[in-house]
Amino acid sequence: MGAFIVRRLLWLPFLLLIVSLVTFALGTYGPGDPVEVRLGTRANPQTVARLRRQMGLERPFFVQWGDYVRKALKGDFGESLTYRGQTVGGLVAKKIWVSARLTFAAMFIGIGLGIPLGLLAALKQGTWLDGALVSFALFFNATPVFITAPFLIILFALKLHLLPTSGWDGLFSTKIIMPALVMGLPGIAGLARMTRASAMEVLGQDYIRTARAKGLSEFTIQVRHVLRNALIPVITILGLSLAGLVEGAFITETIFGIPGIGRLAVESIFHRDYPVIMALTLIPACALVMAVLISDVLYAVVDPRIRYT
Amino acid sequence: MAVEQVAGRVQLRYRSRGLLRNAVRRLIKKPKAVVAIAALLLLYGSGIFANLLAPYPYTEQDLHAVRQGPSAEHWLGTDTAGRDVLSRLMYSMRANLILTVTSMATGTLVIGITLGLVAGYYRKWADTLISRLGEVFLAFPGILLMILMAATIKPRVLELTRAFEDSTGITGLVRWGLADYLVIFFALAAVSWVGMMRLVRGQILYLKEAQYADSARAMGASTARIIFVHLLPNALPPVIVSISMGLGAIAGAEVALSWLGIGIQPPVPSLGNLIRGGQDISLLRNHPHLILSPVIVVGTLIFAWNLLGDALNDVLNPRAR
Repeated sequence: MGAFIVRRLLWLPFLLLIVSLVTFALGTYGPGDPVEVRLGTRANPQTVARLRRQMGLERPFFVQWGDYVRKALKGDFGESLTYRGQTVGGLVAKKIWVSARLTFAAMFIGIGLGIPLGLLAALKQGTWLDGALVSFALFFNATPVFITAPFLIILFALKLHLLPTSGWDGLFSTKIIMPALVMGLPGIAGLARMTRASAMEVLGQDYIRTARAKGLSEFTIQVRHVLRNALIPVITILGLSLAGLVEGAFITETIFGIPGIGRLAVESIFHRDYPVIMALTLIPACALVMAVLISDVLYAVVDPRIRYT
Repeated sequence: MAVEQVAGRVQLRYRSRGLLRNAVRRLIKKPKAVVAIAALLLLYGSGIFANLLAPYPYTEQDLHAVRQGPSAEHWLGTDTAGRDVLSRLMYSMRANLILTVTSMATGTLVIGITLGLVAGYYRKWADTLISRLGEVFLAFPGILLMILMAATIKPRVLELTRAFEDSTGITGLVRWGLADYLVIFFALAAVSWVGMMRLVRGQILYLKEAQYADSARAMGASTARIIFVHLLPNALPPVIVSISMGLGAIAGAEVALSWLGIGIQPPVPSLGNLIRGGQDISLLRNHPHLILSPVIVVGTLIFAWNLLGDALNDVLNPRAR
C-alpha cells in the first residue's frame, strides 16, 4: 500500500511533464506565429525580429518548453493574446473560483441524489420503480449538457417562469440551480447505476442474511451493512467523474452565461488565444490526475481487501 | 438410434460454435434492442440517403419564409435564413455518421485493440510503454484534448490539403471541407482508443491464464493462432458492448465539437451548429422548434447506442443474463 502510493507519487511528476509537453508541442507547432498575432502581417521585419528575440522564440524547442514549465510551476502562464496586458494566470485565477463552486454544486447534486436513488432501485429490485430508475439512468448517463439545457430553460424559465434563464450570483442564489442540475444529471445517473449494481451484489452476501437473522432493524441493515459496502466501488468513479464535470462545465457555462474557466476557454478557442487554451488544458489535467490518485488511495483505505502491489 | 445420436452431436457442435449467432438471436427478441436498432436505422438511413430524401438542398434559402414553424412544405419548419430544418438535419446526420464510423474504426478498433493485445499478451516494456501512454491521454479531460488538437492542428491540415490540391490538380477538397473532417477525425480517434486498449488488455491478461490457452501452447500453436483463434474471440463480448456505447459517445463528441465551432464549418450543416444556432434566448422563447428538432435527434441517437449497448450486455455478459 505504502509502496503503491510512493510509486504513484513518483510517476506523477513525469506524467504531468509529459502532459505539459504534449500541450506545449500542440500550442507551439500548431497555430500561426504568436508574433504575427501581436503585430499583424504587415509589420516591419526588424520589429518582428526584435519581438521574436524578446519572446525567446528562436531558442530550441526543448529550452522553450523547460522555460514554460518552470514559469508555469510559479503560476506564470504567459500573457493572454486577446486581453492585452493581462497575464493568463491572473485571468484564470479570477474565473477558477466560480467554476469550482459550480462544480461543487453539481457534484453535491450528483452524490446527494445518485447514491440514494441507486440504493432505492436495488432495494426495490424488479418493481416498476427500479425499471423507471434504470431507464432514467441509462438515458441521462450519456446525454450531453447541450441536450438537457434547452429543455430545462424552456420548461423552468420560459414556460413556468420559476428560474432565471442565465447569470451568476454565487452559490446561494436561484441562478445556480439550472446549471448545477444540468451538469449534475449525468453524475446522478452514473452514480445511481453504479450504486444499484454494487448494492445488488452486496444484498446477496451472507453477512446481510446474518444481519437479518440477528434481528437487526431494516434501517441498520441498509445503512450500516448494505450502503457502506456498496459504496466502495463507487468511490473509484468519483475521481473520474470530475473529468465529466470539467467537460460539462465548458458548455454549461457558455449556455448559462457563467463567468468561469469553461466560458473563458470557449472564448479563447474562438479568439485563437493559445496561451490561455494551454493553461486551461494543463490546469484541469493536473487536477484530474490528482483526483484519480486520491480516489485510488481512498479505495484502498476504505476496503481492506484491496492490496496494491 | 445411431443416426439420431450423430445428428444430436452435430447439432450440439453447431450450437456451441455460434456464440455470436446465438447472441444475435437473443438480441432481436429484446424489445429495447429492436427499438434502438430501428431508431439508428431511421436516423442514419436518412443521413446516408440525404441527397435522395431531403426535400430541399441544405443551403437553399427562402427569405420569404424565415423562422416558420412546422408545415406541410417544411415538416420541421425553417431556420433564421429560411432554410429547411429537416433537410439540414439529414445532411448533418451524414457528416456525423462518417466521422463516428471512421473514428471508431481506426481509433478504437484498429489502434485500441492492437495496442491492448500487444500490452496484454507481451507484457514487459511494451505493456509499460502502452499503459503509460494511455495514462497520459487519460490525464486530459477528453473534450479539452480534442479542443486543443482541433484548434492547433487545423491550420496545418488546411495547409497540407491546399498543398495537396496544388500539386495534384485535384480541386474542391478545401471547399468540400476535407480538412474539417480530418481534424475532427484525428481529435476523436486520439481520445477514443484508450478505453478500448485498457479493456482488451485486461481481458487478454485474464484469458491468457485460461487452461485452453495453455493447452494450445502445449500443442505447439503459434502465437498468432493463440491470439486470434483462442484469445480474441473470447475477449469479444465486452468489446462489442463497449463499441456500441462508444459509438454513442463519439457521436456526442462530434456534436460537442461542432457546437463549440471547431467541427464541421458552415455552410455545411452539422448537428452542433444547428443546436448552437437555435440557442439564443429570444429564439428559444418564440421559435423553440429550431432547437428542439436537432436536440431530440441527438438525444435519440446517443440514447439508441446506449440502449443497444445495454441490450448487448444483457445478451453477451453471462453475469448479467
